Amino acid sequence: MSEIKNLQRIASQVRRDIVRMVHACQSGHPGGSLGCTDYLTALYFHEMKIKPEVFEMDGVGEDLFFLSNGHISPVFYSILARRGYFDVSELGSFRKLHSRLQGHPTTHEGLPGVRMSSGSLGQGMSVAIGAAQAKKLNNDQSLVFVLMGDGEQQEGQVWEAAINAAGKNVDNLVAAIDFNGQQIDGPVSKVMPLGDLKAKYEAFGWIVYPLNGNDMQEVIDTLKLARKNAFQGKPQLLLLKTEMGQGVDFMVGTHKWHGAAPNDEQLRLALAQLEETLGDY
Amino acid sequence: MEFKIQNYQDTRSGFGAGLYEIGKLNPKVVALCADLIGSLKMDAFVKDFPERFFQTGISEANMIGMAAGLTIGGYIPFTGTFANFSTGRVYDQIRQSVAYSGKNVKICASHAGLTLGEDGATHQILEDIGMMKMLPGMTVIVPCDYNQTRAAVHAIAAFDGPVYLRFGRPKVPNFTSETEPLIIGKAQMLQEGTDVSIFATGHLVWKAIEAIQQLEKEGIHAELINIHTIKPLDNEAILRSVSKTKCVVTAEEHQRNGGLGDSIAQLLALNLPTPIEMVAVDDQFGQSGTPEELLGLYGLETADIIAAAKKAISRK
Repeated sequence: MSEIKNLQRIASQVRRDIVRMVHACQSGHPGGSLGCTDYLTALYFHEMKIKPEVFEMDGVGEDLFFLSNGHISPVFYSILARRGYFDVSELGSFRKLHSRLQGHPTTHEGLPGVRMSSGSLGQGMSVAIGAAQAKKLNNDQSLVFVLMGDGEQQEGQVWEAAINAAGKNVDNLVAAIDFNGQQIDGPVSKVMPLGDLKAKYEAFGWIVYPLNGNDMQEVIDTLKLARKNAFQGKPQLLLLKTEMGQGVDFMVGTHKWHGAAPNDEQLRLALAQLEETLGDY
Repeated sequence: MEFKIQNYQDTRSGFGAGLYEIGKLNPKVVALCADLIGSLKMDAFVKDFPERFFQTGISEANMIGMAAGLTIGGYIPFTGTFANFSTGRVYDQIRQSVAYSGKNVKICASHAGLTLGEDGATHQILEDIGMMKMLPGMTVIVPCDYNQTRAAVHAIAAFDGPVYLRFGRPKVPNFTSETEPLIIGKAQMLQEGTDVSIFATGHLVWKAIEAIQQLEKEGIHAELINIHTIKPLDNEAILRSVSKTKCVVTAEEHQRNGGLGDSIAQLLALNLPTPIEMVAVDDQFGQSGTPEELLGLYGLETADIIAAAKKAISRK
């Protein structure tokens, strides 16, 4: 099986996990989770050098990933479980009392694979910069990845971090924006237009790669390029054009599935579109 | 008991001296500053450990996040800026990225309280202790002089967990021992007495010393305890003292709401209801003036502590 085909099969199972998790607790954020599934699958199952079997907070010698837009926790949890950080059976506890799988990711309950609490937006890139600076102090050649939302770019702290990463040459940092064009109150272009994000980050001193974040080949090629261009003085940004709800036809391209759970019938319709490749949890 | 003033020094310089010393002792100590190196007295650290210093510019939210990230990889970050920008401005960053995430970040805050003086209310934060003590898992330390601030830096570097360290700008009497370590969570007995328990913190500890000396002349034997650790509070020491004296005065350079007095009142209400008087700012913003003028205007002077002690005794 080709690598792309293999990654797509993993992504299909992750998408099944997402809709099943959100359905089971009747809450959570399926839209952005489905849209970012391909990117996170490529990161965790192809690009990142990680040791899921022995999770260590400091992650010395490992690539690190931070999820800044913490509301897409369903995809993060499924990816972590499928990659072996914890047992997939635990996905069934999502958003339930005493679960390590809180509504938004946290280190507080000790879930392996999570290095930072997120949910209140705008904070992840700053944390990633700190972790990237720690890697430099440790002479650690691995990379730090961070994923943000597009609506999240409306937070001021993001731009404090963007200035810092370029101004202080944090060139072991690879950020990404899930540019699906939707936020809770509607299209980003209406709620608060972001203008030309590529031009903005480039003006700040970043290398920016616009790409189709739902095209697995393009994603892994761009990640490879980013690793090649690391340690050359500039931070890098993947501007992922994605579809919110990707993989489930009635969830695609609308903010209505940002934070809504499918009912039984909708779950059935969704699962019918997503092949069970690795076995449901 | 004799309280000998060794010299007059600012507590922020105690921070700077302590930071430099732990920087030398522990290569895992890193420092961040948001464009206030001189004000925080971080110059020596910056000069000798440039690779472990991160100038973040005027971006406090980003600084707190970076500090949280630096712990991932084994570092012990000390952030430095004014108390207002260390707390109110970045409360959500501290809450989520530091406290809830359980990160070993030391938030070091200078120019706290009214004694910042002429800059006025925008910079004179009087709510920071309250904000910080409300965060689960946050340790809150307010040393009283130069030596104790320096000792506090050593103590928090050795302690694993998020800490808020509050200090100030004015030169104040430096009277604690140069060699005495600060033990986190352990109140410091300064004067034993029987008539009233005075619990003071920060710059008001010296004012309280002046107060008990005056009270002694009037035949009132006050007990004075320095509460340098607001959280976790030394419940045992406080209850032991109050069991003996049966009345209480608290003194702090902070709002009454959310401050040290508030913590002690809660402890006593639940365990040992006792008359209590609070020397603190009463729900007001500060204003421009000299530190001494402001302490007088807002009722935080030696005379206010003396009056509060007499009132507390009369309520027994």
